[in-house]
Amino acid sequence: MKKVIALITLTAAITATSNASAVTLTLACGAVGQELQLCKDGAARWAKKTGNEVKIFESPNLTNDRLGLYQQQLAAKSSDIDVYQLDVVWPGLLSQHFVDLKGKVPAAEVSAHFKGIIDANTVNGKLVALPWFTDAGLLYYRTDLLKKYGFTAAPKTWTEMALMAKKIQDGERKSNKAFTGFVFQGKNYEGLTCDALEWVVSFGGGTIVDSTGKVTINNPQAAKALDTAASWIKSISPAGVTTYDEEAARGIFQAGNAAFMRNWPYAWALGQGKDSKVAGKIGVAPLPSGGSRNAATLGGWQLGVSAYSKNQAAAIDLVRYLAGPQEQKVRAIEGAYNPTIQSLYKDQDVLKANPFFGSLYSVFTSAVARPSGPTKGKYNQVSQAFSSTVSDVLNGKSKGQAAVAKLAGDINRIKGRGW
Amino acid sequence: MTVKASTPVQPVRARGIEAARARQAIWLLLPTLIAIALVAGYPLYRTFYFSLFEANLTSPDQRSFVGLGNFWFTTEDGVALGFLQDPKWWGAVKNTLLFTVVSVFLETVFGMIIALVVNSAFKGRAVLRTAMLVPWAIPTVVSAQMWAYLYNDSFGLIGRGILGGQAVLANTDTAIWALIAVDVWKTTSFMALLILAGLQSLPGDMYEAADMDGASKWTQFWRLTLPLLRPALLVALVFRSLDALRVFDIMSVMLGNVNAATTSMTGYARQALIDNQLLGLGSAVSVAVFVLIMVIVVIYVTAFRVKFD
Repeated sequence: MKKVIALITLTAAITATSNASAVTLTLACGAVGQELQLCKDGAARWAKKTGNEVKIFESPNLTNDRLGLYQQQLAAKSSDIDVYQLDVVWPGLLSQHFVDLKGKVPAAEVSAHFKGIIDANTVNGKLVALPWFTDAGLLYYRTDLLKKYGFTAAPKTWTEMALMAKKIQDGERKSNKAFTGFVFQGKNYEGLTCDALEWVVSFGGGTIVDSTGKVTINNPQAAKALDTAASWIKSISPAGVTTYDEEAARGIFQAGNAAFMRNWPYAWALGQGKDSKVAGKIGVAPLPSGGSRNAATLGGWQLGVSAYSKNQAAAIDLVRYLAGPQEQKVRAIEGAYNPTIQSLYKDQDVLKANPFFGSLYSVFTSAVARPSGPTKGKYNQVSQAFSSTVSDVLNGKSKGQAAVAKLAGDINRIKGRGW
Repeated sequence: MTVKASTPVQPVRARGIEAARARQAIWLLLPTLIAIALVAGYPLYRTFYFSLFEANLTSPDQRSFVGLGNFWFTTEDGVALGFLQDPKWWGAVKNTLLFTVVSVFLETVFGMIIALVVNSAFKGRAVLRTAMLVPWAIPTVVSAQMWAYLYNDSFGLIGRGILGGQAVLANTDTAIWALIAVDVWKTTSFMALLILAGLQSLPGDMYEAADMDGASKWTQFWRLTLPLLRPALLVALVFRSLDALRVFDIMSVMLGNVNAATTSMTGYARQALIDNQLLGLGSAVSVAVFVLIMVIVVIYVTAFRVKFD
């Protein structure tokens, strides 16, 4: 009997020690499009390589909802989640809750990423997170329909885009009543801020708040940009576009019911998938100009290690692995997620899967940042005020000029004594 | 006379028993009171406390005392910072009150009609009584999402089929009516159930007597049913009004959180507290919601002499 007990104790002890070296980490992933699957796959590869275990925490789809949830976890100093996926506009907001990766990640590994994105993740000299993928708004179009209606190239200006969309829509409606010209992210949330910033910048209307913190939105070009967008509603876009997010817009485009779509690069790989009705008929171009320039909003997600994680060393290793070149390449090929490592844009496998990565390289490197830097912790309020104003203009509740004037007042109110 | 008869014969001993019972009751209630203090009292106290501070949700330890500044404060530059100076807040109050008044009124009227029908004797009424609870039994988040699909302008049965491609949920002015419709659909059956319980306590012989006296069904309803039903009806009204005033879920699910902030007071509080991390201001808004609901309850209870026993 004693022998048996001794044996059991010994086995238990061995299991305990082997468990002590292998840790279980929790990784919070997004779930837009293929994100969740790719995240699970990547985590599984690291787990297999290192002998650790990774649990996946599914986050809400909308970035605003995700932030709310993360903030509650972080404010409570909860150790439940070790690695967070962070939006490019969050580092300033959440920096104190994350481990400083400077010094913990080799400098060469950090400098392989685009400098601008590393800068966006550096708050007061602290490297809050490592870039995982970058994003910029793109114009998707149907190559077959453009050809059918006699167009040879993607539109260069918004006016041109509206004319093309109208012509294609009128023609296609004869056989398909649900067909629409242009879909974008019109729901009142962070996605609308991204879309509307592109319109405003492309008309030369500035970036809402400039780099010195001055509120610049009250100008005629910004007003004109918003009025132009409002003119699309019910002419080339359905009334319900003001309730669409990324996935709703993609659903309509991928079902073959739209000529043009504004979306992020991830929509490319899904659009070429087996269940897509428009596979092989999709073209990608820079977003049209409003007369000033072509503008794409900088998006993208980073990985940061929670300061409350109980296994920080392993968590940092997981982040380095996921943000590393090998994993970014897989994600670029399988999901069209834009790498943040420059050298991957010359990689033949990546370019074969995403032909537009090479030709649109400048769109990704010159993307316009949202004013999260100058507005710091109040960025979310500024963004809400902006998207709500744009939403009112799109819904016909107000006109561009009056709207931007009122918005400037609202943002100054949020600014209060300073950012 | 009756008073005398009911006085105990041995007052001393009886008081002893009563006192002992009271002591026993306190001990029995103690666990509940402690639980309430912990789960309701403490958070409430913290909310009141934080409403006087300027603090950030992600770092509540670094806070500064601002008194009532979260409610009303104008800086030297003339910038209004208090939420009571924010037109968005008053828009949310207006929408919540509109939602409450209209939905509770419709639910009471429809609930009364349904209760009267189900109260009368007919075949299969047991099945009907169970069936009418189905909308109420579906979790609000689920039914809200279901209705959001119905209202969708490109594939929804209502949005595309009946309204011909109008996006009612896109615009908060039209959305509020769509939300009222959902709430009426969902909660009328609950109202009917409460009224039905009241109806069943009314004595049947009273109606027989009224029939003998030759009173019409219409007169019977206005002169007998409604006055006798008043206590049950008022309790139901208070419950529904309170529920409607702190409505949050259907706005959040059907409109998204940014638009929910302009259609419900609780949505506004959530946005300030969670999206904007304004722990102090968000707490102040919550306090205002609490006080407002409290005032409405007091008005109800005193004006209509509602008895909850």
